Amino acid sequence: MAFERVKRTRRGGFVLKIPPAERELLTTLPQQLRAILTEGDAAQDPALRRLFPPATLDDERINQEFERLMREDLLAERLRSLEIMERTLGAEHLSEEELSAWLAAINDLRLVIGVRLDVTEETTAADFASFADDDPRVGMYAVYSYLTFLEDHVVSALAGGMA
Amino acid sequence: MASTAPVEVDRPADEQDLEPDIPWIVIVWNDPINLMSYVVYVFQKLFGYSREKATKLMLDVHHKGRAVVSHGPRERCEFDVSRLHAHGLWATMQKDR
Repeated sequence: MAFERVKRTRRGGFVLKIPPAERELLTTLPQQLRAILTEGDAAQDPALRRLFPPATLDDERINQEFERLMREDLLAERLRSLEIMERTLGAEHLSEEELSAWLAAINDLRLVIGVRLDVTEETTAADFASFADDDPRVGMYAVYSYLTFLEDHVVSALAGGMA
Repeated sequence: MASTAPVEVDRPADEQDLEPDIPWIVIVWNDPINLMSYVVYVFQKLFGYSREKATKLMLDVHHKGRAVVSHGPRERCEFDVSRLHAHGLWATMQKDR
């Protein structure tokens, strides 16, 4: 088991023990997600539809009303989480609010990459073994796997304070 | 959405869902990306469920493909759905009948 990347402190905050190479990897991700969120077209992009799903399965009137009422706030919340993560990428300590923003941003990134790669519950690294080394999906899956690993550590640290 | 307005004779049939006494339910659907530990954490955080209850709901989502995670008036369910969407879960709402 790899060492814990995130640990709750007795004072209520969190210590980040993320090696420089991993922080470097994380640096480029928020701006890519921001571009998708602010410049993407949901009609063309299933990842955006995954981040902003309809409120009902079959009631178009409610779906439109929900989107009109909620979409802007949901988008602002996602962008705010990205900003907090970017601002604190080099930090050694995070508040609970900051770590929660990291979790939101990391999970959104996993959703976008997961949709792009069409992952299923059975997807493993072996599925990408036959791809050419310069196939972008190979690198994307490596990032996805790392974010899965990191998110697991973040959730453990945050959930550790719950009843 | 109680109202003291006079009865409208030409009220569209589909406005019946604005009546507060029709319960709605919020459903979370299985997806291959969200981590099981994350889904449990979100259920605890958003609904104040115990770890045990949150875990049972997560397992229902995982094994049965869906679980009802909350219920109530339409506005309450819209709020819950928006919170679940903010956390990246695939949630929808529908009338409970």
